[in-house]
Amino acid sequence: MTERTSEGIDTLAGMADFVIVGAGVIGCATAYNLALRGHSVIVLEKDESIGNGGSSRNGGGVRQSGRDARELPLAMYAVENIWPGLSDELGADVEYVKRGNLRLGKTEHHLEILQGLARTGVEHGLDMRMLDANEVREMNPFLSDEVIGASWCPTDGHANPLRTTLAFYRRARELGVRFISGVQVTGVRKLHGRACQVATTTGLYEGDGVILAAGLGTRTLAASVGIDVPMHGLLIEALVTEMEPTMFPQMLGTADADFYGHQTAHGSFVFGGDSGLEEANGYAGGVPTSSVTAPAICRSIMKYVPRLADAKIVRTWSGWEDESADGVPVISSIDEVPGLTIACAFTGHGFGISPIVGRLVAELACGEETTLDVSAFRYDRFHAWA
Amino acid sequence: MSDDLIRTAGGMGQQTPSPSDRSKKPGEFIPAPDDDVLVCRCEEVTKGDIRRAVHDGMYTMTEVRRYLRVGMGLCQGQSCTKLVKRIMASELGVPQAVLDAETSRAPMRPVEMRVLGNEEDTRRGDAR
Repeated sequence: MTERTSEGIDTLAGMADFVIVGAGVIGCATAYNLALRGHSVIVLEKDESIGNGGSSRNGGGVRQSGRDARELPLAMYAVENIWPGLSDELGADVEYVKRGNLRLGKTEHHLEILQGLARTGVEHGLDMRMLDANEVREMNPFLSDEVIGASWCPTDGHANPLRTTLAFYRRARELGVRFISGVQVTGVRKLHGRACQVATTTGLYEGDGVILAAGLGTRTLAASVGIDVPMHGLLIEALVTEMEPTMFPQMLGTADADFYGHQTAHGSFVFGGDSGLEEANGYAGGVPTSSVTAPAICRSIMKYVPRLADAKIVRTWSGWEDESADGVPVISSIDEVPGLTIACAFTGHGFGISPIVGRLVAELACGEETTLDVSAFRYDRFHAWA
Repeated sequence: MSDDLIRTAGGMGQQTPSPSDRSKKPGEFIPAPDDDVLVCRCEEVTKGDIRRAVHDGMYTMTEVRRYLRVGMGLCQGQSCTKLVKRIMASELGVPQAVLDAETSRAPMRPVEMRVLGNEEDTRRGDAR
């Protein structure tokens, strides 16, 4: 007998040591790390496809520079210890390239912003410095004369987020993780005060621990056990060109943050950016692309890299960032709900740190000492102004 | 293969897909004589690549695209999509209709940045 309730069907549909909600890069990396420890894992994904949220829609930056000081240790650890060997570890090429990040400036005000970022980096032990106009063009001869300086972090880079997400998924699946896609999760349930069950419209999944890594959807799910994570959705758009001859290996960004991107292993250029109309464009939800945004991104790019004016755009897309109220993610066990671990609100810079976050979340869920201090990412750090 | 392997009802009209359990596997990969036939000419992806991707766990058109770049070249899948869908459906042992419709994305034809980026001036009627 099954009873359909407002929260779904009260039939046990699956059991494992851990149940993860969300098969994005964070959920997949967490599942992989738990499977490495010998745990059984079920991953529930609402979409038909794995990694169809921000994981497949970002610019692929593996960047330390420009990060919040709280997040920098995670990015530096991932770049030093995980990214270089990740393709071998997962048995699939994630197209990681460690050839630096140039953040470009066109005005004195831009240079001040960049100097601030460089200072923060250096203070935290990151190899980072300012380049003048000549040094920048020596490094990247394709940049326009408008560029008068840049911040430079030689150990930054980029990777392919689509392949990385699917590589974590593939390896986790090979290690026995059970992935179920197209399943509508309705909430988390407690047994004797402990988060043990995930309710879906087609049954209950039970584990010793529950991990929420569902991007924006995490907020509603956490609310089902009385926990709130202040975050909101931010629409971003991106575009990709046809294959171009090899031009430069650095990841590019700007002080103005009007676009960012790089040339991929395939030869195409992937760029993200915005038009300023995102809030209105995203009003109705979905993943809309606006006819004004890609052109705006193109105009920005051409001012910095004039050579790309003849590159053809073959595709545009959009995605949602889960923007936290204070700019860094929530990676945390939940005191009030033992057994529950949350990883969300990555604010548009989750991809670069995903390999270490997967490990940290697995450690939190297992109650182990974490490889890095994650106290800055607690769920209960948000306070009102007054 | 039974159809519980993948029961996602595809197509635009279907809002809620049925759950697809990825631990149910489509048997062993058996090499075939036509595995080296090029299916996606833009990105040089073969039939064998696509069949192998299914066994690597890529069960939707979207996943195979992202995994192999099939249909992501200059023609944006306008030449190979039907073939890819047929190969995937056959490998998964499901009707083609249950596979998701792959997403079509703007622009319809590849457009140079200088043309696409000119949109604002055209809109204002500025002559260039």
